[in-house]
Amino acid sequence: MSRIAEIYETLEYGPAPESADHADAWLDGHERRFGVFLGGAWEYGSSGETFETVSPSSGHHLATVTQGSAEDVDRAVRAARAAFPEWRALDGHARARHLYAVARRLQKHARLFAVLESMDNGKPIRESRDLDIPLVARHFYHHAGWSQLMAEELPGYAPVGVVGQIIPWNFPLLMLAWKIAPALAMGNTVVLKPAELTPLTALLFAELCDDAGLPPGVVNIVTGDGSTGAALVAHPDVDKIAFTGSTEVGRIIRAATAGTGKRLSLELGGKSPFVVYEDADLDSVVEGVVDAIWFNQGQVCCAGSRILVQEGVAGELERKLRARMETLRMGDPLDKGVDMGAIVAPVQLEKIRSLVAQGQEEGARIWQPSWSAPEEGWFYPPTLCTDVSPSSTIAQVEIFGPVVVMMTFRTPAEAVALANDTRYGLAASVWTESVNLALDVAPRIKAGTVWVNCTNLFDAAAGFGGYRESGYGREGGREGLFEYVKPAWQEGRRGGAPDADGSARGGAPVDAVDGHGPTGSSAASDGQDESPSTEARAPAERTAGPSLPGIDRTAKLYIGGRQVRPDADYSIPVRAHDGTVMTEVPRGNRKDVRNAVEAAHEAARGWVPRTAHNRAQILYYLAENLSARATELADRLTTLSGEASRATEEVDAAVRRLFTYAAWADKWDGRVHHTPFRNVTLAMPEPIGVLAVVCPDEAPLLGFISTVAPAVAMGNAVVAVPSRQGPVLATDFYQVLETSDVPAGVVNIVTGSDEELRPVLASHDDVDGMWYFGSAEGAADVERLSTGNMKRTWVDHGLERDWFSAEQGQGEDFLWEATQIKNIWIPYGE
Amino acid sequence: MSVNRSAVERRAATLGTRRSVKKDWQAAWLLRAVSCIDLTTLAGDDTPGRVRRLCAKARQPVRPEILQGLGAAELGLTTAAVCVYHAMVEPAVAALRGSKIPVAAVSTGFPAGLSPFEQRLAEIRASVEAGAREIDIVITRAHVLLGDWQALYDEVRAFRDAGGDAHVKTILATGELGRLRNVYQASLVCMMGGADFVKTSTGKESVNATLPVGITMVRAIRAYGERTGVRVGLKPAGGIRTAKDALMWLILMKEELGRPWMEAALFRFGASSLLGDIERQLEHQLTGRYSAAHRHPMA
Repeated sequence: MSRIAEIYETLEYGPAPESADHADAWLDGHERRFGVFLGGAWEYGSSGETFETVSPSSGHHLATVTQGSAEDVDRAVRAARAAFPEWRALDGHARARHLYAVARRLQKHARLFAVLESMDNGKPIRESRDLDIPLVARHFYHHAGWSQLMAEELPGYAPVGVVGQIIPWNFPLLMLAWKIAPALAMGNTVVLKPAELTPLTALLFAELCDDAGLPPGVVNIVTGDGSTGAALVAHPDVDKIAFTGSTEVGRIIRAATAGTGKRLSLELGGKSPFVVYEDADLDSVVEGVVDAIWFNQGQVCCAGSRILVQEGVAGELERKLRARMETLRMGDPLDKGVDMGAIVAPVQLEKIRSLVAQGQEEGARIWQPSWSAPEEGWFYPPTLCTDVSPSSTIAQVEIFGPVVVMMTFRTPAEAVALANDTRYGLAASVWTESVNLALDVAPRIKAGTVWVNCTNLFDAAAGFGGYRESGYGREGGREGLFEYVKPAWQEGRRGGAPDADGSARGGAPVDAVDGHGPTGSSAASDGQDESPSTEARAPAERTAGPSLPGIDRTAKLYIGGRQVRPDADYSIPVRAHDGTVMTEVPRGNRKDVRNAVEAAHEAARGWVPRTAHNRAQILYYLAENLSARATELADRLTTLSGEASRATEEVDAAVRRLFTYAAWADKWDGRVHHTPFRNVTLAMPEPIGVLAVVCPDEAPLLGFISTVAPAVAMGNAVVAVPSRQGPVLATDFYQVLETSDVPAGVVNIVTGSDEELRPVLASHDDVDGMWYFGSAEGAADVERLSTGNMKRTWVDHGLERDWFSAEQGQGEDFLWEATQIKNIWIPYGE
Repeated sequence: MSVNRSAVERRAATLGTRRSVKKDWQAAWLLRAVSCIDLTTLAGDDTPGRVRRLCAKARQPVRPEILQGLGAAELGLTTAAVCVYHAMVEPAVAALRGSKIPVAAVSTGFPAGLSPFEQRLAEIRASVEAGAREIDIVITRAHVLLGDWQALYDEVRAFRDAGGDAHVKTILATGELGRLRNVYQASLVCMMGGADFVKTSTGKESVNATLPVGITMVRAIRAYGERTGVRVGLKPAGGIRTAKDALMWLILMKEELGRPWMEAALFRFGASSLLGDIERQLEHQLTGRYSAAHRHPMA
């Protein structure tokens, strides 16, 4: 029988190889050796060290690549710094032309990029050809547009400067595009370190930048391992680090950059839930699982790796999944007919194997299809784990491989609870035919992206990024631009110490601590060294009248809507401008913080679902009641500062600020992004959750209002540490809170020492975000200690803000920092 | 039971990008596609002469030297059937005498299916009597659009019974059913009513055989088979014109239902111009040169 006659019977697929010829020719053209790309030129590294990159499907050598040294990184940063002034000074249109040229060239060489990517990474050519590379080009097109529109759409913003970017190996060129396109569009210059395992497409991209006429130094590519990345993170002249990778490394970078004034965006790991309700189209759900966990061999940070299925249909889904797994095809990544290619490296393969083995030991049932994975190269078969519970290791940790666990739930609410029972919050997928259910569940799942009846859809117009330990910052969409700009008034100031060791701080007002001589708004004594004072009281209550002594007013903590005594009965004195003690406030401690955080969580449950209109009304009411007590508060401020007119001005500004955020409460709208699918992609601002706020020392009333009001307006519950210099304004204010219908626990006030309270708040794993407007040391502490739960932080690095100024003391910046954008993808069509 | 259109469309969009059939495999698959064609003429100007020409093509769908060259001469390749209106059944049967190729008749007031019920039954009987071994019936779309599943079941049952031993294919006219969920449900009801095949379209609707519709019907076939053990076939019809389309449908069958659904017993193409494109591709496979339509005998 002829071969064709044979195949006529078997009807097998046969091989369908994509040619590697062009990619090989490109590699050979470089003699399979690559330097680093600095200032528009190729250099072969200062250390002479190199490493090999190999094909994961065969183990064959592909090329020898330069191990970038700290010196190479330094030269790259210098090149980027040198290029920055001219690049940022280009008008948006000129930068748009550059990005457009890059996009066009990417398309013209799309197949070369795709083949090279599959060779280096092991992903199927279908994915690199149909998903990765088209998305890369799309990202540059989209951001060429943002560059064109920057002046009109982001007035008052300036580029951040030189950005260090570190990307992973799972989507090498796509992650490069997510990093470089927005950075360049907003006028920054970059030094990018591709992953050690997959450097090739970044090198081809460097060549493309050169061909496209990008000015030298705007894009610099330094290859290398973790030490190269560390050198980039540590470089003092880098203004921002953008990182995509594991939560583990994200933590290290957060700690390393703490206090340096470097901006940071992190896109980290995930254990994303894939929620299947009983009314879902189960056959489509099965294809969804294929796209969720067997896409890119499961090496996807947002992979739907936890199937949560309604108990009644679990058996049917499992049966369908098993059948589907049999028809998956695995093999040579350059075969046009495979669903799955190779795992990127032996170390990753080993990690997957050991986690699955551990799952098995813990009682999971492991199911793999009957066909076997190729022997040569690093392959791992698709794997379904059942008999798994939330307490199983494989249900908690990110496997980063083609392994999915399946668990059941009973009710919609239980599904949400299980979905959120994770440290991560990158993405989620929800399957139901009920629009009511989908739109109820999507906002309740803590994740930056929620796909309804779909999964792993990406687009340049939609933001992508995490909640919780999946990181912060967004990539893509309007929301992603703010990672690469800063308010123009902050230009030329970065704060912090560039050397990252937490010692020297520039411009920190706290340098002038003397504890007794508050001078204007810059004093920062927080009473740390003050023992409960027996000094003579200043006639602080002089407003009570000339003849009678004032009635002692005992300030307490304000927690859960009640005035409570501190856990430990210590007080700290509050000094008037003349140095006399005007009153005392409680010295809150870690237990008071604990109680306040618990109260805030309790309150958040009721506060988040309130309508924005209702929150606005409460803020207006606060303003009304604050205004009614304006004279009294102004007197307090006068006693503190000795400046009566400034005091009146401050109270007035506080009232205005409350109006500002009452106004914003129902106007900080989401968007509907134009992603190129038949769907609505809703970009919804959601509150961070429980927000800790260490208020500025200066402007004790206005600083408190300016920070707490935007947080509350956006639906957060707050634990505030008021000005250490003038905490009485906040303790006076809780009476205003009580009379203004602010629900119990939405605003909690813990007075006390900055040094004592900030570490408790910053390291508290149930505080979702923290704002810190104190000293530079404090800011460094907060950033360093935030790594426990990777809470999002916002600090001023000891630099002052003019709280009276509308530009600096209020506005969009505060609203961005008080919210996180969730993108909900809702395809439609019947 | 639900069908999510967007998700089904995504599946459809990647079926052809996840799989690729090249070289000898492509040739073999295309030969297989030929064997699954219901070579069709359903025009108002059909005549016995035209039908005889079609039948000759059905007997010898690909030039013998091409088959020889491909090592496929011994396959005895023919199309699966010839599909005509009732009036053309007799000449078709006559022209196919001596071959194993059955004649399929479209029936029951094709394409609208709205002639009197008794007439529709009579039409089936007449075609069977005239020698049609396969009957392609059209369902009353109104039953689906009104959700009157019982009426649909009764109708299919009656047609099935009228057809006797003939192979009954139920045409859903999916382009007129409005939503994929209707396609899925109608497929199930037709199968319950005894259909041997479910068929997408008459070829006369403005939208004919689309992949999302095919995926939906194939999933219904699978669900029905899982519950009853009965294997029902699929016939996409209308709009399938290229060899590439044919490969796509075969990939769909292989992926969703498996090998048994890749031959004429359980899979048919309702097509008239498809064969011509396949012939050109087969010649290209053999010679390495792109072929021309006039190099292949017309139907």
